[in-house]
Amino acid sequence: MNVLLNNNSVSTTACTLQQLADELQWPAAGVAVAVDNQLVPRKAWAEKELTEGCRVTLVRAACGG
Amino acid sequence: MENEQTKLVIAGREFHSRLFLGTGKFRSNQEMSAAIEASGSEMVTVAMKRVELDDANDDLLSHVVRPGLQLLPNTSGVRDADEAVFAAEMAREAFGTEWLKLEIHPDPRYLLPDSTETLKATERLAQKGFVVLPYCQADPTLCKHLEEAGAAAVMPLGAPIGTNRGLQTRDFLRIIIEQAMVPVIVDAGIGAPSHAAEAMEMGASACLVNTAIAVAGQPARMAAAFARAIEAGRAAYEAGLAAQVHSFEAQASSPLTAFLN
Amino acid sequence: MFSDELKAWSWEDTTREIAAMTAADVERALSRTHCDVRDFMALISPAAEPYLEQMAQCSRRYTEERFGRTVSMFIPLYLTNACTNSCVYCGFHVANKMARTILTPAEMVQEYEAIKRLGPFENLLLVTGEHPAKAGTAYLAQALDLAKPYFANLKIEVMPLSTEDYKLLTHHGMNGVICFQETYHRENYKLYHPRGMKSNFEWRVDGFDRMGQAGVHSIGMGVLIGLEKEWRTDLTMLARHLRYLQRHYWRTRYSVNFPRMCPAENGGFQPNCIITDRELAQLTFAMRIFDHDVDISYSTRERPDFRDHMATLGVTTMSAASRTEPGGYSTHVNALEQFEVSDPRSADEVVQALRRMGVEAVWKDWDSSFDHLKQLHLSKQAK
Repeated sequence: MNVLLNNNSVSTTACTLQQLADELQWPAAGVAVAVDNQLVPRKAWAEKELTEGCRVTLVRAACGG
Repeated sequence: MENEQTKLVIAGREFHSRLFLGTGKFRSNQEMSAAIEASGSEMVTVAMKRVELDDANDDLLSHVVRPGLQLLPNTSGVRDADEAVFAAEMAREAFGTEWLKLEIHPDPRYLLPDSTETLKATERLAQKGFVVLPYCQADPTLCKHLEEAGAAAVMPLGAPIGTNRGLQTRDFLRIIIEQAMVPVIVDAGIGAPSHAAEAMEMGASACLVNTAIAVAGQPARMAAAFARAIEAGRAAYEAGLAAQVHSFEAQASSPLTAFLN
Repeated sequence: MFSDELKAWSWEDTTREIAAMTAADVERALSRTHCDVRDFMALISPAAEPYLEQMAQCSRRYTEERFGRTVSMFIPLYLTNACTNSCVYCGFHVANKMARTILTPAEMVQEYEAIKRLGPFENLLLVTGEHPAKAGTAYLAQALDLAKPYFANLKIEVMPLSTEDYKLLTHHGMNGVICFQETYHRENYKLYHPRGMKSNFEWRVDGFDRMGQAGVHSIGMGVLIGLEKEWRTDLTMLARHLRYLQRHYWRTRYSVNFPRMCPAENGGFQPNCIITDRELAQLTFAMRIFDHDVDISYSTRERPDFRDHMATLGVTTMSAASRTEPGGYSTHVNALEQFEVSDPRSADEVVQALRRMGVEAVWKDWDSSFDHLKQLHLSKQAK
């Protein structure tokens, strides 16, 4: 299926957020993820099922004042 | 002890340095890291950004995080209270801290904080257990409202962000400092160590400096210069600054108080 | 609550610090546009005595900047001299064999009307002894209700009340509360107030927090100068208390009073210190330089000439034509006074004298119709 990851369409075989994270090799710490604008804590990634076209937001630290 | 400066405490955490550092605009992570080291700062702001798929996996945090340092994630980029609450929760998840620099500036030109949205967001985030440090206008009444809404400190601006123009709002900062029951951290506009020293002499609790250090010829040396200025300004405040003294010549006559003789 | 904050301040250290002030400290304070408590200590210290004229100049300048050349007029009405306390210095002392008067509602109205014949008074201060059973909150509410048609602004000077009672009285038109701490010296306070409700120092000193929490519009403070030999220390504690209240209850207006005792002629309580006119003037200037906006109130305890001059230099609120015995304006003209009035002039005489000094008497600076809005606001908050 396709999901929208940070506004880019990504084709994936993953069914859950954890599988997507493994597939794309997200860092083990220092990131936060929301699916359809709802924060999904890391410990809930395995249960979070992805749906066709869902919006995944992945953020990490950046420079800023 | 006489020479020991009083410690700054925010939300129960003690800070030995009254210089807080922003991490924007540095030429490299190495320069930034050196500046943090040289500043002695124990509170450093970080922003959040969306991960690009082709991101070089250079982890900013590895250049920032060190023992005794409090990360202060900001909400830069949000335009209202709802977005700020979402960003705050993302930041707590990503950085594992409740501390938050709340900044809401819907205006992309001057990045001026939106007072009404900031107040709303402060109240909601404080209720959710965040340690909220709102970046705000140098508005004394707003600062009292923020305090009542649960802000752990207030961060009024000295001048428009990035302008390095010093304490353009000094008359209002003075009132804010006089009235505040939470620490007052002067944020934005501080362009030189003398500006920071002035803020500290006025009784500010701390200064947040970013641009002036990040874009200096030698950021690490500038960070150290700020650290010294802030220490000196604080010491002057605590020691009881001698104001410019008018001349007090003995007066031959006492027109106003003669009735007391 | 301020009783906790107060523990951080040592009476002895404060006294020493004031005594150690120098001319340089005074000049520094006079040079600053915004003074802190340490500056206030310098300005009331003996080191500032040679600077009295400069202090008067500063004080007048700040007062004119903030208030113009005006003095706001008020008049007190003693509702009762019934009192359960045994303050060792007070004529209303419970053990004093004296006729106790408690004005009836009809007498209150009679008094209000008598006051209106004395001058265009709009600011009324209702005063009672401390007698919760006979002159409690319900009694005060009634007095306020009856006064409302006659006066634009109602203040009370009564025993410290609970937050709820202050709120309740606000709904009956009360705009302000005056309460004298008498002294901030915790131990000696108990000596002056050995029994009764007033012997509880904390209840009294924290009363100001309760007023603030209740949203009282105006809070008046004071220490009784004469109780403590180290009166400057007491006033410094008051300055700290004022700053504390301003930070916590920042929507409130504050006023300060400097009641000073005179030597007792009848062998009653002898004051532990007597301050001179010069010292009281210095204290008044110091308060104005310390706080440009605080109301400084002089009662008719002070003499006419002194009051008239001080009205040009820092004082912003004054009573006139006062009677300090309950019912003194018409019903019980011979009851015992709480203190002797030193300025017996009529309201009109005071106004004329102030005018000659270039000061305009102001009778009303607050319209009661605003209070209606305020009450709407309060009842909204309560929901």
